[in-house]
Amino acid sequence: MNVFNTILVLAAAFLAVFCETVFSGPRHLFGAQVDLLPALMIYAALNTNVVSVSILAVAGGLWFNALSANPLGVTILPLLAVGFPICVQREFILRELPFAQFFLGALASAVVPVLTVLILLTAGSNPLLGWGSLWQWIVMTAGGAIATPVLFVLFDWCNHALGYQPLTENSFRSDREIHRDKKAK
Amino acid sequence: MFKRKNYFALGAVVFVTLAILSLPPRATSRLKLAIGSLFLPLFGLANTAQQLPVTAADAILSRRELIQENESLRHENQQLKFLQLQTAAIARENDQLRSAIGWQKQTPWKLKLANVVMRDPANWWRTAQIDLGSRDGLRENLPVLTNDGLIGRVSSVGLTRSQIILIGDPNCRVSARVENPTHDIGVLGAGGPLDDSLVGLSYLSSGANLKSGQNVVTSGEGGIFPPGIPIGQIVDAQQVEFGLYTEARVKLNANLGALEEVWVLFP
Repeated sequence: MNVFNTILVLAAAFLAVFCETVFSGPRHLFGAQVDLLPALMIYAALNTNVVSVSILAVAGGLWFNALSANPLGVTILPLLAVGFPICVQREFILRELPFAQFFLGALASAVVPVLTVLILLTAGSNPLLGWGSLWQWIVMTAGGAIATPVLFVLFDWCNHALGYQPLTENSFRSDREIHRDKKAK
Repeated sequence: MFKRKNYFALGAVVFVTLAILSLPPRATSRLKLAIGSLFLPLFGLANTAQQLPVTAADAILSRRELIQENESLRHENQQLKFLQLQTAAIARENDQLRSAIGWQKQTPWKLKLANVVMRDPANWWRTAQIDLGSRDGLRENLPVLTNDGLIGRVSSVGLTRSQIILIGDPNCRVSARVENPTHDIGVLGAGGPLDDSLVGLSYLSSGANLKSGQNVVTSGEGGIFPPGIPIGQIVDAQQVEFGLYTEARVKLNANLGALEEVWVLFP
C-alpha cells in the first residue's frame, strides 16, 4: 500500500473512462458498454486506504460524468457506497482469491449503475430505461465481474514491475555470530 | 484514530458531491467542459491512431487503382456539377414563385462537417461528442445530420467540441411529419435501450393513415429543425390510450451505431 498504487489506480481510472467513450465494441456486440470503474473501486478498496478510495470515487465519478450526459457528480456517491464498506471490512474478505474478486466485481458492477439511475430519477432526470435495460445491467455486471480478477493480475504485475518492493529481512547479523573453534569446546 | 479518518474521508466526499450537485447549471456545464478537456490529448492520440491504417492503405495503393478512382471521381464530379446547375435553376424558379405569392424567401442550408470523437459511456443516455465548438460558430440546438438523414441536435457547446443529443434519447424530441396523403404529424420520442435504429413516433391522430414504409421527415414545427429533413420510415403503428391517439415505430435512415462524420446544419 503506497502512493504509487494510488497513482496507478487513478491513471487506470482515467484510461478506463476514456476507453469506454472511444471503443464501442461491447456496445456493438452485447448492446451495452461495460463500466470498469466499479472493478477498479474493488481493487482500490481491497489494496489501498480510505483516502485513496475517496479520491478514486471523486475523480473517477467526475471524469465519467464529464464525458457523459449525466449531471456532474452523480456517479461519485454510488462508487463510494461500494468502495467504502469493502475498504473498512476488508480484513474479513479473502481478497487474494479470484472467486472473491469475481464476486465483489459483480456486486459492485451491479450496484453502481442501479444507484446512479436511482439518483438520476430522484434528481428529476429522464434516463433511457426499458426492458432492454435489464439486459444491459446483466452485461455490465458480467463484464465488471470478469474484469475485476483481470485487473488484480494486471495491477500486481505493474506493482511488481514498476513499484518499490519491500526489502526481505534476514535474521542473520554478523556482529552476533557465535564463532566456535576447537579451543572453546 | 482510524475510524475518525474514515469518517472524515466519507464526510469530505459527501460534502464535495453535494457541493457539485448544487452548482448552478451554467457553472456545472463549464466545470464539465473543463474536466472533459483533460481527455483532449488522448482524443488526439486516438484520432491519429485511427488515421494511421488509412494513411498506410493509401500509401500502398497501386498507381493503376488510383488512376481508375480518379477517373470515376472526375466523372461523378461532372454529373454533380450538372445536377448543381439544375438545382440552382429550380431554386431560382422557386424563389420567383415564392415572391410572386408573397412567401418568405428560402435560405439555403449551411453545413459544417464534424467528426464524432466519442460516445456516451453511460448506457442510459444517447449522446456523442463532435470536434466542433463555439470557435467554429456552433450554438445550442443546431440540427445534426448525416447523408442519410437527421440524427439529433447540439445540446451543449464547448470551445473546441460539442455534445450532440441523438434521436431516441428521451431529451431529444422532434416534430415529425409522415409523407402520406393526410400529412400526419407526431412527436418523435424515446427509443428502446438496446435497439438504436427504432424510435417511437407518438401523438399521431387516431385516424392517421399509416402504412409500413412511408417516409417520415421533420415537420418544421418547434423552431429547431427545418422542415423536410428525412428521418426514417414507418415500421408499424398501433392505437394507444384506448384509441385516443396512434403510436408508430420508425426505423431511422441513419445508423446511429456507426457515426463517424456528421453535418451540423446552420438554418
